[in-house]
Amino acid sequence: MKALVWHGTDDVRVERVPDPTILNGRDAIVKITSTAICGSDLHLLDGFIPTMKEGDILGHEFMGEVVEVGRDNQKLKIGDRVVVPFTIACGNCFFCRKQLWSLCDNSNPNAWMAEKLYGYTCSGLFGYSHMMGGYAGGQAQYARVPFADVGPIKIPDGVPDEQVLFLSDIFPTGYMAAENCDIKPGDTIAVWGCGPVGQFAIKSAYLLGAEKVIAIDDVPARLRMAAEQSGAETINFDKEDVFDRLKDMTGGMGPDACIDAVGLEAHGHTLDSYLDKAKAAAFLATDRPNALRQAIHACRKGGVVSIPGVYGGFLDKIPFGAAFQKGLTFRMGQTHMMRYMKPLLDLVREGAIDPSFVITHRLPLDRAAEAYHTFRDQKDDCIKVVLKPHSEVVH
Amino acid sequence: MTSDVNVAGAERWASALGGAALAAYGIKQLKDRSPAGAALAAAGTALMYRGATGYCPMYSAAGINTADARDDTQAHLSGSRGVNVEEVVTIRKSPDELYRFWRNFEQLPRFMTYVDAVRQLDQRRSHWTVKGPAGRRIEWDAEIINEIPNELIGWRTLDGADVVSAGSVRFVPAPGDRGTQVRVRLQYDPPGGRIGSAVAWIFGKEPSQTIREDLRHFKQLMEAGEILTTAGQPQGGK
Repeated sequence: MKALVWHGTDDVRVERVPDPTILNGRDAIVKITSTAICGSDLHLLDGFIPTMKEGDILGHEFMGEVVEVGRDNQKLKIGDRVVVPFTIACGNCFFCRKQLWSLCDNSNPNAWMAEKLYGYTCSGLFGYSHMMGGYAGGQAQYARVPFADVGPIKIPDGVPDEQVLFLSDIFPTGYMAAENCDIKPGDTIAVWGCGPVGQFAIKSAYLLGAEKVIAIDDVPARLRMAAEQSGAETINFDKEDVFDRLKDMTGGMGPDACIDAVGLEAHGHTLDSYLDKAKAAAFLATDRPNALRQAIHACRKGGVVSIPGVYGGFLDKIPFGAAFQKGLTFRMGQTHMMRYMKPLLDLVREGAIDPSFVITHRLPLDRAAEAYHTFRDQKDDCIKVVLKPHSEVVH
Repeated sequence: MTSDVNVAGAERWASALGGAALAAYGIKQLKDRSPAGAALAAAGTALMYRGATGYCPMYSAAGINTADARDDTQAHLSGSRGVNVEEVVTIRKSPDELYRFWRNFEQLPRFMTYVDAVRQLDQRRSHWTVKGPAGRRIEWDAEIINEIPNELIGWRTLDGADVVSAGSVRFVPAPGDRGTQVRVRLQYDPPGGRIGSAVAWIFGKEPSQTIREDLRHFKQLMEAGEILTTAGQPQGGK
């Protein structure tokens, strides 16, 4: 089959690799009909995530048709149409039973690596480094899905791929980020980063009853999408002072909750962001938390900082004094996918939301390497790329 | 520790026999109305009790538990020589389910990385075949030296084994709905020569890592029904 393969920082290529096979009894093999590039894949492209190996197949947002089922999988049948969540969960451990699916104890074959860095391991992820399980990803024509009797959600015929594909990650991720804000009537939510997760966080915050959502970015096309698709107010941090504007827009109180949908590669034009870049380059810190700092500083007293943006290592100069003195609550982590996939599928089917609004680019898998660079460099107003691995498949 | 047994096998025999001798001597002194005789008789009786029940109130008070593998092995290896490993994992299953699976020793290779096969010879004795470097195999016989159903299994290698080792696994109910804390203790005396290098190869520089991985696999097998692998999945060119 064809798959997108990581060869090193800034070097991904589509090439021929062997087809996947069933390796465990609960597995399924999915023939992929649609797959996407996630903002977090760009951290892999840029070499920010440790324990990548040359030859790794990337991709964790995919859906398709079940073509093979392991002997112990009682849930899926050949021919089922499924969306596959990016987290892998056993369904039976202490954490899965508490619906903390992304913290599954039993799905990371390289748990010891994560334990070295984090103390304990979290769930395995598709195509996201060996520390996270080393699973081959879904930017490919086929993928092997472990514990496929827990994660994948069946999709009825008649709903197009593009409306359900993002149930694999970014829609639930944006939704959980908004849910973590514990939104009450009258609340104002500020969202740093208007990439795809930010867009879904904005839409979800409105769905959950926010009075006002303020979108913060420096890319005009993204701010425009936030305003046009969700009715968000916007701040361009390239042109305006974020803190002053937020204070003004909230009657001097500050936003009730702040969402950092940027993560470890934040960039900005403030002094600290240049320092971060220099420190990361010199390995004095691993992550660049510029957006997170602003969010903590701007948040109202007693507010919530919700973090769907990915962090992997060590942060420097976090204004913890501000967080402590203002009594902030922090909510974060990889998304507990299986909590959200079914209710959000229902929202899609009811017509309450059409997640395809974030798609700006549709390309064959063959052009995936080029698409990574277009997305990363924000060329051509790129916000979300969907790849078609089989040109003959039309959904 | 919920176990009532805290004195190891060999030591129990020593206690029972020594205690009996002491008690007999003390009782003889008693006849002579010696106060020391009363003390000796009491101590001897306590030792006999300890030998018969495997429980020593003084050890318990001191927090000493020689029934634990480490101390069984220490007795066996006459000291704290060798490598001591202790690892614990919490598994969301009841102690009896986990005990039953483990007690069926022939199933152990399903989660023990380096164990090729275990053959049950009789109720207490088993034959172990373990992978060594370069496809070499190491074999030994082991026997159960301590067992409390649903709580504890202790074992050691039989005399004449190439690898002198002892261990125990304990199944202790975990708080709330967490299941069971499974605690493994293992001591082995690294032998010299070819066998020694094979054992060193298996356990590497960090013997606890091997035990930790085996326990992790045990947990996966019990909770998820399988141990996930990525071996054999597709990969791109280098």
